[in-house]
Amino acid sequence: MKLSGAKIVIESLIKEGVDIIFGYPGGTVLPIFDVLYDSPIKFILPRHEQGAVHAADGYARATGKVGVCIATSGPGATNLVTGIATAYMDSIPMVAITGQVSRSLIGNDAFQEADVTGITRPISKHNYLVKEVDELAGTIKDAFHIARTGRPGPVVIDIPKDVTVLEADYEYPKEANIRSYNPTYISHPGQIKKAAKAIKESKRPVIYAGGGVIISNASDELTEFAEKTNIPVTTTLLGLGAFPETHHLSLMMLGMHGTAYANHAIMESDLIIAVGSRFDDRVTGKLDEFAPHAKIIHIDIDPSSVSKNVHVDIPIVGDAKHALRSLNNIVKAPDTKEWLEQIAKWKKNSPLRYNRDTDSIKPQYVVEQIYEATKGNAIIVTEVGQNQMWAAQFYKYTKPRTFLSSGGLGTMGYGFPSAIGAQLGLPDKVVFDIAGDGSIQMNIQELATAVVNKLPVNIAILNNGYLGMVRQWQELFYEKRYSHTCLKGGCPDFVKLAEAYGAVGIRVDKKEDVRAAIDKAIATDNVVVLDFVVDEEENVFPMVPAGKAINKMIDGMA
Amino acid sequence: MKHIISVAVENKFGVLARVSGLFSARGFNIDSLAVGETEDPTISCMTIVVKGDDKILEQVKKQLNKLIDVISVKDFVNKEHIDRELLVFKIGVDKKTKPKALRTLKRFGANAIKASADTVMVEAVGDPSHILKMLEALKGFKVKEMVRTGRIAMAL
Ligand SMILES: Cc1ncc(C[n+]2csc(CCOP(=O)(O)OP(=O)(O)O)c2C)c(N)n1
Ligand SMILES: [Mg+2]
Repeated sequence: MKLSGAKIVIESLIKEGVDIIFGYPGGTVLPIFDVLYDSPIKFILPRHEQGAVHAADGYARATGKVGVCIATSGPGATNLVTGIATAYMDSIPMVAITGQVSRSLIGNDAFQEADVTGITRPISKHNYLVKEVDELAGTIKDAFHIARTGRPGPVVIDIPKDVTVLEADYEYPKEANIRSYNPTYISHPGQIKKAAKAIKESKRPVIYAGGGVIISNASDELTEFAEKTNIPVTTTLLGLGAFPETHHLSLMMLGMHGTAYANHAIMESDLIIAVGSRFDDRVTGKLDEFAPHAKIIHIDIDPSSVSKNVHVDIPIVGDAKHALRSLNNIVKAPDTKEWLEQIAKWKKNSPLRYNRDTDSIKPQYVVEQIYEATKGNAIIVTEVGQNQMWAAQFYKYTKPRTFLSSGGLGTMGYGFPSAIGAQLGLPDKVVFDIAGDGSIQMNIQELATAVVNKLPVNIAILNNGYLGMVRQWQELFYEKRYSHTCLKGGCPDFVKLAEAYGAVGIRVDKKEDVRAAIDKAIATDNVVVLDFVVDEEENVFPMVPAGKAINKMIDGMA
Repeated sequence: MKHIISVAVENKFGVLARVSGLFSARGFNIDSLAVGETEDPTISCMTIVVKGDDKILEQVKKQLNKLIDVISVKDFVNKEHIDRELLVFKIGVDKKTKPKALRTLKRFGANAIKASADTVMVEAVGDPSHILKMLEALKGFKVKEMVRTGRIAMAL
C-alpha cells in the first residue's frame, strides 16, 4: 500500500497506540495536520509549543504511556526545547515530532530553518532526521521503542516537509531492530545474592528510592521489600509516591529540603540501598561527607548512573522491578529494632513544621488543606520554587504517579501545562497545580487550552509576591539584598485573568476561607484559579545550604 | 592520563557529532581523532586520543556506550596494544642537505614520495615514540607543512 509520508506518520502513531497528540501547526507540518484533520487521534492545541511539550510530559508521567507532541520547524521546534530537556532530565518517555524545511533547502538558512537535531542532541535520548520517506515507518517504530524502554527519555523525529508529501510503500514493522541498543533488564543473580548478604548483615540500613521505582512500576515490590526487611525508606523528589508516606517505615523526602530525620538516617547509615535514584547533588549535599559509614548497593537500569557521583560497593544493573522481586525472593531481615528506635527519636524531635498559630495564611497550611480535602487521592503537579518544595513536604503521597514535578531541570512553567496533560490522561482524577505567582505566569496562556477542552484543572497559586525561592537564598546568603525578585506591582489580578479566559477565579486572603475555597474548586466543573495570598517571607525549612553535608541543615532542629 | 579510546559505531550521518559532543560538553580537547570503515562497511571505527581525569573519562566511556548508535567502546590504556599514526610532511632541502635527509628518512622507514629541488614530501608511519624520534632526527631541517591522521590502535 502506497501512502504519503504524512499519512505514514499518523498511521504509525495509531499503530503505537497513541490516542492523544499535543501540537501546534505551521508551514512545514501542514501535510501532517491535513491528515490529522480526520484522524481518530485526539488532538490538543495549546497556546504555545512549550505548553504542548509539557502537557505531553504530564500525560506520560500520569499514565506511564509515551507522550507525543508535534511542532513546526524553526521557532516551533525551538519552543519545544525546554520541555524536551525537562523530560530528558527526568527520564520521561516522549516522542517529539518536528517539521523541517524541505531537503533541498536544509543548510541554506531557509525560512524557519533551525538545526533541530543539532540543538536537541544533548537533551534527548536520541534523535532522527528522516531523509527518505521509506525510512519513516521504521524510524517511528525505533523512536517509540527507544523512548519507552531502558531508562526512558524523549526522542525527537525531525521530518522535512517534502518527505511528508512523497509516497512510499507502507508496512509498519513488527519490531524495532537496533543492534546497538540492548538495555539490561535482568539483574545479575550473583549481585542480588551479594546484596541480600549485605542487607542481612547491616545494622542501620536505609532504602533511598527514586523516580526509577515509579518508572518501572515497582512500588508494590518496594513496599514488600521494605516490610519484609523492616528497613526505613526515604525517597527523592521524583520518587514521591513510590512508597506510601503514611507508612511507619517512611522517612519522607531526603536532601536539600528533605526531612531532618531522613538526612540524619542517611548520614548515620551503614548500608544505603539506592533504587532508581542517581545521587543527584540536591540529594547528596557535599559529596566527600555524604554517608561516611555506609556501604552502597545501587540498583539502576542505566550503567552510567552507577558510581558516577559516589563509589558503589554492590552495583546491580537492571530493571528496579525485576531486581526487587529477585531480592524479595531471597532476602532475610536484619535486626533493625534499635535503628528504628533511633529514627523514631529523630522523627519526634525534628518533624517537619511551620508556625500554625498565625492569622495569616501560611503556604504550608494551604498544601495541608489540599491534602485533607483530596484525602491524598489527587494528582499533584507543581511549578518550581518554594511552592514545589512545600508541595513535596506537606502533602502525603501514597501512590505512584500522583506527584508530577520538574526535578532534574527545575523548569518554571512546567506545572500548569503538565497538569493539563495529566487531566487528559486521567479524566476522573482531581488535579491540582500547586504554583507560585512567578512560575504560573510562564505558561499562563494555557488557561485557554484548559477552558476550551473543559478540563477541571485546579491551580493553587501560593502568592507570596516574590520569586520566593530565589528571595530565600538572597535572604540567607546575600544579606537580604532582594535583587530583582519582587513581583509586586506588576502582578496581574489572577481572578480577573481567570475570568477573562472563561475560567473561575477565587482570591483567598483569610485563613478560615482556605478549605472552603479548595472544596469549591474541586466541586467546580471548570478550570479554577485559586489565588492564595500567603505570608511573603515564609521560607522552606529544613534547608541544607549548597555545598554542605546534608546533616548540616538550617532549622533542622535537634 | 592519555587514553586511546576506540568506538565502533553505526556508519551513519550524525554519529561523529554525538560522539565528539560528549567530549566537548566536558571541555575536553581531543588530541586526535581517526574515523574509518571497518571490515564491516556498516560499522565505522572512531579512535579518539584524549587526555583527562580517569574518573571523568570512565563516565564519558559509559556515556559513549549509552549512545544509541554506539556498538562498543574499548579503552587501550593499560592494555597491550599497537598503535600507529601516518604523517605526511614536507621538509626544505638543498643540494647539499638532501642526501642526509634521505638517509635519515630511510633509517626511520619513511618514504620520500615526491621531491623538487628544495622540498621533499615524506610519508611516515609509526607509534608515537618512533615518530618522535624521527622528528628529533630531522631537527636540522625546516618542516614546511605537516598533516597527521591521528592514531589508530588494535590489540591482539
Ligand atoms: C525557567 C526558569 N527560570 C528561572 C528559574 C530559577 N528559579 C528557581 S525558583 C524561582 C522562583 C519561582 O518563583 P515562584 O514561581 O513565585 O515560586 P515561589 O518560590 O515564590 O514559590 C526561580 C526564578 C527556574 N527554575 N526556571
Ligand atoms: Mg512566588
